[in-house]
Amino acid sequence: MFDFATAFAEAFALVFAGDAALVQIVGLSLWVSGCAVLISCLLGLPLGAALAMTRFAGRRALVVAMSALMGLPPVVVGLTLYLMLSQSGPFAVFELLYTPTAMIIAQVVLVTPIVTTLTRQVIEDLDRDLSETLRALRASWFDRVGTLLWEARLALVTAALAGMGRALAEVGAVMIVGGNINHATRVMTTSIALETSRGELALALALGLVLLALSLGINAAVLGLRDRAEHQVAHG
Amino acid sequence: MADPQIIPFPQQPLRAPSVAPLLAFDGVSIRRGGGLVLSDVSFGLSPHGISCLLGPNGAGKSLCLRLAAQLILPEEGRITCDLPPSQIAYVPQNPVLLRRSVSGNLVHALKLSGVRWRDRRDRLQTLLTQARLTFAADQPAQSLSSGEAQRLTLVRALASQPQLLLLDEPCASLDPASTAALEELVCTIARSGTKIVLVTHDVGQAKRLADDVVFLASGKVRETGPADRFFEAPGSNAARAYLEGRLLT
Repeated sequence: MFDFATAFAEAFALVFAGDAALVQIVGLSLWVSGCAVLISCLLGLPLGAALAMTRFAGRRALVVAMSALMGLPPVVVGLTLYLMLSQSGPFAVFELLYTPTAMIIAQVVLVTPIVTTLTRQVIEDLDRDLSETLRALRASWFDRVGTLLWEARLALVTAALAGMGRALAEVGAVMIVGGNINHATRVMTTSIALETSRGELALALALGLVLLALSLGINAAVLGLRDRAEHQVAHG
Repeated sequence: MADPQIIPFPQQPLRAPSVAPLLAFDGVSIRRGGGLVLSDVSFGLSPHGISCLLGPNGAGKSLCLRLAAQLILPEEGRITCDLPPSQIAYVPQNPVLLRRSVSGNLVHALKLSGVRWRDRRDRLQTLLTQARLTFAADQPAQSLSSGEAQRLTLVRALASQPQLLLLDEPCASLDPASTAALEELVCTIARSGTKIVLVTHDVGQAKRLADDVVFLASGKVRETGPADRFFEAPGSNAARAYLEGRLLT
């Protein structure tokens, strides 16, 4: 029978010893998810703000579609990207399949709708309060977007954090387009899946602990940052 | 019991000379929900001094101000103003301060007004001094008292150095001391040559500040004219009733 205590002890030993394989996997995970969230923010923040502040035919459908895409199944994204990047796909020439770049693309597809939708909601609410004041100050459309994005910065950090959470925890899409290749495209989630299936529970548990610690750490840091910023805004 | 402290009237601004109107409404009407909320509104305002749009709640005063600010367009009639939009500043009834410092709010307004960065520091100091908020320059704007916040929103509107300043009930929620400070600021701005149009339902405030009055009730202009004449001998029953404190329905 599987010994929980031994597995946990080995997992902690790996974490505290700074095991090279573990560090490499964690590093690649952070790199892939960090890049994906950064790109998603660059796309999603202006897109969400534009959706919040522009009225055009089909806007409602786009808003609904973007909300629906938040629940996009990662394996479907992975499969679609696989077909597009594989040798018979339209983007085969770029030779991206089984590379970290393909994994970043997959995570961008998954995270961008989250950032866009949350940004749209935040900016729409804020625009309701600030619209008349900014129009009275003769702010141009671009000035208004810039001002609202800056005013909503605390809430937008939370949107980015939600995206980071989704990216770090994602397994299906990166497994398909990354291939889970050792020292190349192996990230925390795919490693946990692999090591568990192989019975190497110590490494799987160690990675699980790191993933959990990262998740808690990022959330705590952002909450602390928000509390501090809100306190400064309110009390100086 | 001690006598209450009486806050002196601010120094009277310049009297309005009789010249061509700076802002004119000509047969302006607006519909909302199937009914007329402004009906055939016509008046003209001189280029100097302080004009008050006076009347009970729901008279259409704020709507007139938003029309004058070119934030909405009239459905019928015409509004003429000799100034470009950049020379018209508007302070809404519930202005919102940005989540920045007092200086940050003013710098943002200066930036929107196209003031070059090297001129911003001097302009910022001028505005802070005008608002008597130099001491709070680095404080978050959200931490200001109601009176201070209202003075900040007022000088923020001056960032573009407007010729016409439209104020929608700027003293609505202020105590007497804060109201006095704000009225003094309004008079100072008017004396510097900026035309001020002030919406109020406070007869006392209109008496203290107005050079001329446009009296509205139920979406119609009931009377216009110099403030002295309006308050001494109102020509319409509606204005007489309002000044006597009777309820207008």
